[in-house]
Amino acid sequence: MSIADTLSLEVGQVVADETLTLTRDSLVRYAGASGDFNPIHYRDDVAAQVGLPGVLAHGMLTMGVAIGTVTDWLDARGWVSDYQVRFTRPVVVDPVDGAVVQVVATVGALDDDEARIDLTVSYGGQTVLGKAQARIRTL
Amino acid sequence: MPVNPDLPERTFPPVAPYLVGREKVREFARATRASAAVHHDVEAARSAGFADVVAPPTFPIVVAEATLQQLLAEPDAGIDFSRVVHGDQRFTYTRPVVAGDELTATLRVTGVKTLGGNAMVTSETDMVDAAGQHVVTSVSTLVVRGDGA
Repeated sequence: MSIADTLSLEVGQVVADETLTLTRDSLVRYAGASGDFNPIHYRDDVAAQVGLPGVLAHGMLTMGVAIGTVTDWLDARGWVSDYQVRFTRPVVVDPVDGAVVQVVATVGALDDDEARIDLTVSYGGQTVLGKAQARIRTL
Repeated sequence: MPVNPDLPERTFPPVAPYLVGREKVREFARATRASAAVHHDVEAARSAGFADVVAPPTFPIVVAEATLQQLLAEPDAGIDFSRVVHGDQRFTYTRPVVAGDELTATLRVTGVKTLGGNAMVTSETDMVDAAGQHVVTSVSTLVVRGDGA
């Protein structure tokens, strides 16, 4: 059976649509979990010193939470065999309000074994990840 | 110092094996808001057919970190980390990473391009399991901003 039949998928179907708030706490937690302790992700003074508009979310955190919406939907029915993004714009995380990120995941293409999921990830009305695509397989 | 255009000709030794721990997988999943049971619950992962809890798709960046350090440590690489931004990232899997995997990562630089004062350094890190079988390849492009940027 094809993946389209197994998971009841069709091209254009939205599989996840979520609004996530990244806070400074999220950044600290990701720094610890990932081992990326670049201070531009937690120190305003360092961010300013290197000319950034503020403390930024790790690109890899944005990439990670975006695919988390897909794996939550997919659950135990499959796995992600390929995932790529381009980091096109920074996500500035306000110390009080954080940053609100919108993730929409849509079925982009289907073949027998794999489904391509296209992700639109935006912040402040602009996309922050380019060519964000995942491929999923069933077990 | 500009980025050394000869980096792609260099061979880097494999880094020390990384043992994927169950709690590390859970911690990484929490940090990236991945709440599917297969990332957290061993029984759920096993009944789905995985050997143990499944690492989220971007987890191999943790393993690739040691190879990035190798690249930055090259005395003549010309990569100033304070000027580095992440340009793009891809993970291509043969099979999912699960807790208990012992992954050995090997870096190669596949391209150095200069574009408008910036340098783009593309590298691939292959990760193999304890049996030497391919698990995942991480492909990264780092953009090293020039002095004027």
